[in-house]
Amino acid sequence: MTHTAYVIAAYLVAALGIAGLAAWILLDQRTQKRALEELEARGIRRRSESRRAGESPR
Amino acid sequence: MTEIAKLTERLTALANPTRFLALAGSMLPWLTGAAVLLLAAGLILAFAAPEDYQQGITVRIMYIHVPLAWLSMFCYTMMAASALGTLVWRHPLADVSLKAAAPIGAVFTALALATGSIWGKPMWGTWWVWDARLTSVFVLFLMYLGIIALTRALDDPGRSARSAAILTLVGFVNIPIIKFSVDWWNTLHQPASVFRLDGPTIHPSLLWPLLVCALGFTLLFLSLHIMAMRAEIWRRRVAAMRRMSARVAEVRPAKGHVS
Repeated sequence: MTHTAYVIAAYLVAALGIAGLAAWILLDQRTQKRALEELEARGIRRRSESRRAGESPR
Repeated sequence: MTEIAKLTERLTALANPTRFLALAGSMLPWLTGAAVLLLAAGLILAFAAPEDYQQGITVRIMYIHVPLAWLSMFCYTMMAASALGTLVWRHPLADVSLKAAAPIGAVFTALALATGSIWGKPMWGTWWVWDARLTSVFVLFLMYLGIIALTRALDDPGRSARSAAILTLVGFVNIPIIKFSVDWWNTLHQPASVFRLDGPTIHPSLLWPLLVCALGFTLLFLSLHIMAMRAEIWRRRVAAMRRMSARVAEVRPAKGHVS
């Protein structure tokens, strides 16, 4: 293995690791945001939001 | 109102998750954009910089290995500060910050170990050696895994927050050990060459690209951390709303049965 191959291997491993981590975080964000929007669409509000809106908490 | 009172009020305002979400939304595009630009500039500078007279081309690995290693310690230090926030001030975002940072720290530490190992084979003639620096960083990786497991072991984040904060603070003893391991013990890993009392020992032609890369990686880490915190806040809201929805569903049939 030449020294260049070691450099390429190190950059590939780092790029794959960081891309995987970023993809996982972005996917998690999207999943949670969708779930939140779905619940809000069903009319479910958090207690603090219900209080702000002047409703009695359900 | 005194200046201190004003500052406390401003910090308290930031502790509100809704305000944090609004701030994160406006900050993230700029932070991520700056991270990508700085990383691109840093890597261009790194590949334009001269090769090392001893290491040859393998010195290029330093531009990713060193920032990843620094950030693995920076991340843990930040988590220890968050742990204090949970235990002392019961800051609402402190546990969110700790939990969100742990997987990022684990990946950065694993990558620092992997890139260091890939550099070690051609330079030291071995992938791994159990010297004080490598072993203490490996222990840091295991600490991250332990904290990840603990923060995800219980359904109620409020119950795991305290134990995760205590474990993080106990594990913080490893950070000065990592930093000074190369001075306290005879290690195969070289001693510090940037953060030294007598100044850096790296030639400026190699040092500047390294510092730009380090800044780029730091902004990337902060972007990922803010995104992970945002996802965690949303996850807790979803869980709270699902609980509330289940409670409403339980109460309604009960009322219907009475009438």
